[in-house]
Amino acid sequence: MFRVTGPGRLGPSGPARAAALTANLDPVDALDLARWQFGVTTVYHFLFVPITIGLSALVAGLQTAWVRTGDERWLRLTKFYGKLLLINFAMGVVTGIVQEFQFGMNWSDYSRFVGDIFGAPLAIEALLAFFLESTFLGLWIFGWDKLPKKVHLACIWAVAIGTQLSAYFILAANSWMQNPVGYRFNPDTGRAELTDFAAVLTNKVTLVTYPHTVAGCFLVAGALMLAIALWHLVRNGAEEFRPALRLGAWVTMVAALATLVTGDIQGKIMTDVQPMKMAAAEGLYETERSAGLSVFTIGSLDGSREVYALKIPGLLSWLGQGDVNAAVEGVNDLQARYSAQYGAGSYTPIIPVTYWSFRLMIGFGLLTALVAAWALWTHRKGRRPTSRWLVRAGIVLPLLPLAANAFGWIFTEMGRQPWIVFGEMLTRDGVSRTVSASEVVTSLAGFTLLYGLLAVVEVKLLLRFIRPGLPDPAPPPETDTDDRPLAFAY
Amino acid sequence: MDLSTIWFILIAILFTGYFVLEGFDFGVGILLPLLGRDDRQRRVLINTIGPVWDGNEVWVLTAGGAMFAAFPEWYATLFSGFYLPLLLILVALILRGVAFEYRGKRDDPQWKSWWDRAIFFGSLLPALLWGVAFGNIVRGVRLDATHEYVGGFWALLNPYALLGGLVTLSLFTTHGAVFLALKTTGEIRERANVLAGRTGLAAAALAVGFLAWTLFGVRGGAAAAVLAMFAALALVGGLAANLVRREGWAFAGTAAAIALAVACLFAALFPDVLPSIVDPANSLTVDNASSTSYTLKIMTWVAVVFTPIVLAYQGWTYWVFRKRIGVDHIPQA
Repeated sequence: MFRVTGPGRLGPSGPARAAALTANLDPVDALDLARWQFGVTTVYHFLFVPITIGLSALVAGLQTAWVRTGDERWLRLTKFYGKLLLINFAMGVVTGIVQEFQFGMNWSDYSRFVGDIFGAPLAIEALLAFFLESTFLGLWIFGWDKLPKKVHLACIWAVAIGTQLSAYFILAANSWMQNPVGYRFNPDTGRAELTDFAAVLTNKVTLVTYPHTVAGCFLVAGALMLAIALWHLVRNGAEEFRPALRLGAWVTMVAALATLVTGDIQGKIMTDVQPMKMAAAEGLYETERSAGLSVFTIGSLDGSREVYALKIPGLLSWLGQGDVNAAVEGVNDLQARYSAQYGAGSYTPIIPVTYWSFRLMIGFGLLTALVAAWALWTHRKGRRPTSRWLVRAGIVLPLLPLAANAFGWIFTEMGRQPWIVFGEMLTRDGVSRTVSASEVVTSLAGFTLLYGLLAVVEVKLLLRFIRPGLPDPAPPPETDTDDRPLAFAY
Repeated sequence: MDLSTIWFILIAILFTGYFVLEGFDFGVGILLPLLGRDDRQRRVLINTIGPVWDGNEVWVLTAGGAMFAAFPEWYATLFSGFYLPLLLILVALILRGVAFEYRGKRDDPQWKSWWDRAIFFGSLLPALLWGVAFGNIVRGVRLDATHEYVGGFWALLNPYALLGGLVTLSLFTTHGAVFLALKTTGEIRERANVLAGRTGLAAAALAVGFLAWTLFGVRGGAAAAVLAMFAALALVGGLAANLVRREGWAFAGTAAAIALAVACLFAALFPDVLPSIVDPANSLTVDNASSTSYTLKIMTWVAVVFTPIVLAYQGWTYWVFRKRIGVDHIPQA
C-alpha cells in the first residue's frame, strides 16, 4: 500500500479510498458536524464523569467513617451525598454509551486505523471497570438492608475503584492519540498495529494525565460537597453540614495543588511530544529565549496586532522546560518544520481557542481553590459567618471546577489539531465517509436537544433534592423479613 | 482454533449474554403500562430489575468494545453503516436509563407518567431495532470493495430484518413476562403468567418462521440448524412450564431460547462477520476484519482472567436480590 506524501495517511485500502475521498466532497461538511458532535457530547459527558469519580470515593470515605465510629452524623451525610452521586451516575452512564458507539458511527476510518491498539483499552475498560461500577452500585443502592454492614461498605469502595480503573484505561487510549507509542505502521494493511501493550499502558503522557485528570475530578467533587455544605451552613445554620464543609474544602485545596503539580509536569512532557500545543497555549509565534506567559492579551491573537498583554517573564520557558532562560519554539518555526516533515498543509491549531482555554482552565481551577480556602477560613474554630457573599459563592462554586475540566479537555484536544492521532493521522481522514452530513445534522441536533432537556431536568432535580438538607436518621434496619417494605426502592 | 475464531465466539457470547439479560429488562419496560395498573404496581415492576438493569446493559458496552478491539473493520463498517438505527437505540437507552433513576425522585403523577412513557418506548424501540440490526447482519448488506456500507438507511428495513425485529420484540416481551411471574407476588404474578402464554405463542410462531427463513432462505449449515431446533424446543418447553406454573423452568426456557437463537445466528454467519450481498469478495470475515494476533492474545488473557470474576459477582447480585417483590414491599414515596 502507500504512505501519502500529503499530510497524514489515508485509510486501509489505498488508491480506491483516495479516489473516493476526492470524489465525494460531502464529508467536508460532515467532518465539521462530526467534530462538533464529538465536542458537545464529550464535554457534556465530562460534566458527570468527574462528579462520579470524585464523589464515589468521598461517599465511600463518609460511609467508612460511619462504619468505624458508629456516629450517625456520617450516615446521614453518606445518604445525602450518596443520592447526589446516584442522580449523576445515571447521566454519566447513559451519555457514556454514546461515547463508545460514536467512534464507529462517526469516526469509522479512525476506528479502522487505530482499532488494533485503541480498541483494547476500551474493551478492557468495559470488562474491568464498567461491570464493577454498575453491578456494585446496584448492590449498594438496594443492599442497605440486605448485606452485612461491611460488605455493603465494600460495595461503594468497589464502585470507587471501578471509576479509577475506568479513568486509567480511557486515558491510556486518549494518551495514545496524543503521543502514539508501542506500535508500528503496517504498510500492507494501512493501519497502526500494536507491538507493545505495556508501552501503551505506561505511556508517559498517560502516567501524568491520569493523576492530573483524577485530581481535576476531586476538585469538582470536593467543591460540590463544600458548596452544598456552605449554602446550608451559612443560610440555614445547619451545623450537621460542618464536617462536609471541612472535608470538601480540604479535598478541593489538595486537589487544586495536585492539578498544579501534575499540570506542570504535563506541560513539560507536552513540550517534548507536542511542542505546537504549548506554543499555541501562549500564542507564541516566534521562537523565543526566556519566553513569558501572558495572563491575558488584548488585541488579536494571530501574531499581527497585540494591543496589550500582561506578561510574566520567563514563565512559559519554565513551564515547558523547567528553566526560565530556555528557548521555546514558536508556532511559525514549528509550522515550517512540520510542513517539511509531513508535507504541505496547516499544522497549527486555532490559536485563540488554545490560548483562552488554557487560561480559563487554570483560572477557574485557582478560583475554586480560593473559594475553598475562604470558606474554610471563615468557618475556622466553629465560627458561624453569615455573609451573603458566602451563600452566593456556594451557588457558583460547583460550576467553576466543571468549567476548568471542560476547558482543560478543549485545550488538549483542540491543541492537538489538525491531528486525530498526533503525527499519524489527520482528523479529517478519520471521519466516516459513508455517513452523510444530513445524518450527522440529525444526530447532532438530536443529542443537543436531548442533552439540553436532560440538563434542565437534572439541575432542577438536584436543587429540589439539595434544598431540604440532610435526611432524618432512619432506624437502622434489623433483619430482612419477607413482608417488610424494601429499605430502598425506585 | 484461531484466535480470531475464539474472538468471534466471545463476541457471540457477549451479545448472547446481553440479549438474555437485557432481554427481560426490555420486556419489563414494555409490560410496564400493561401489567402495572397503578403507580404502586408499576414500582413493583421497575424494582424487579432495579438493582440489575445497569449491570445487564454493560454487556452491550463490552460487546461493542470487544468488537472494536478484535474486529476493528467490523465495528467501523457496522456502526457507521447502521448509523440511524443505532442513533435511535442510543436515544432510547439514554431516556430509559435516566427514567429508572429519576422517576421516583418526585411524587408527582405527571412527572411519573412522562418517565413511564420513556421506559416503555425506551424498551420497545431497542427490543425491536436490535432484531432488525441482527437480521441485516445475517442477511448481508451492500458492502463495496473497501468494505464500506453503501446500502443507505431504507435498505435496512427489508422484510427479513423487520421480521427479525418482531421476533426480538415478542421474545423479549415474553421473557420479561416470565421473569415477572418469577419475581413478583399476587396480582402481577398472575397477570404476567397469563400474558406470557399469549405473547409466547406469537413469539414462537414468529421465531420459528424467522429461523426457518434464515436456514432455508438466507444462510445455514448443520450447526445453525441444530441450534435453531434446540432454540424452538427450549421456547416450547419454557411456555409449557409457564402453563403449569413452573416459573423457574419457564424462565430458564425463554432464556435458553434466546441464547440458542442468538448462537444459531452467529453460527449461520460464521466465518463471515458482515456478508456483502453485492459480491462475496467484499464480505467482512473473521480473517479480513480482525486485529493482529498480538492484540488478540492480550485480549484473550484479559478475558480469560476477568470474565469469570464478572460472572461471579453478577451472579451473586442475582442471589442477593433473589426474593419476590409485591406491592407490600414498596415503601411510601
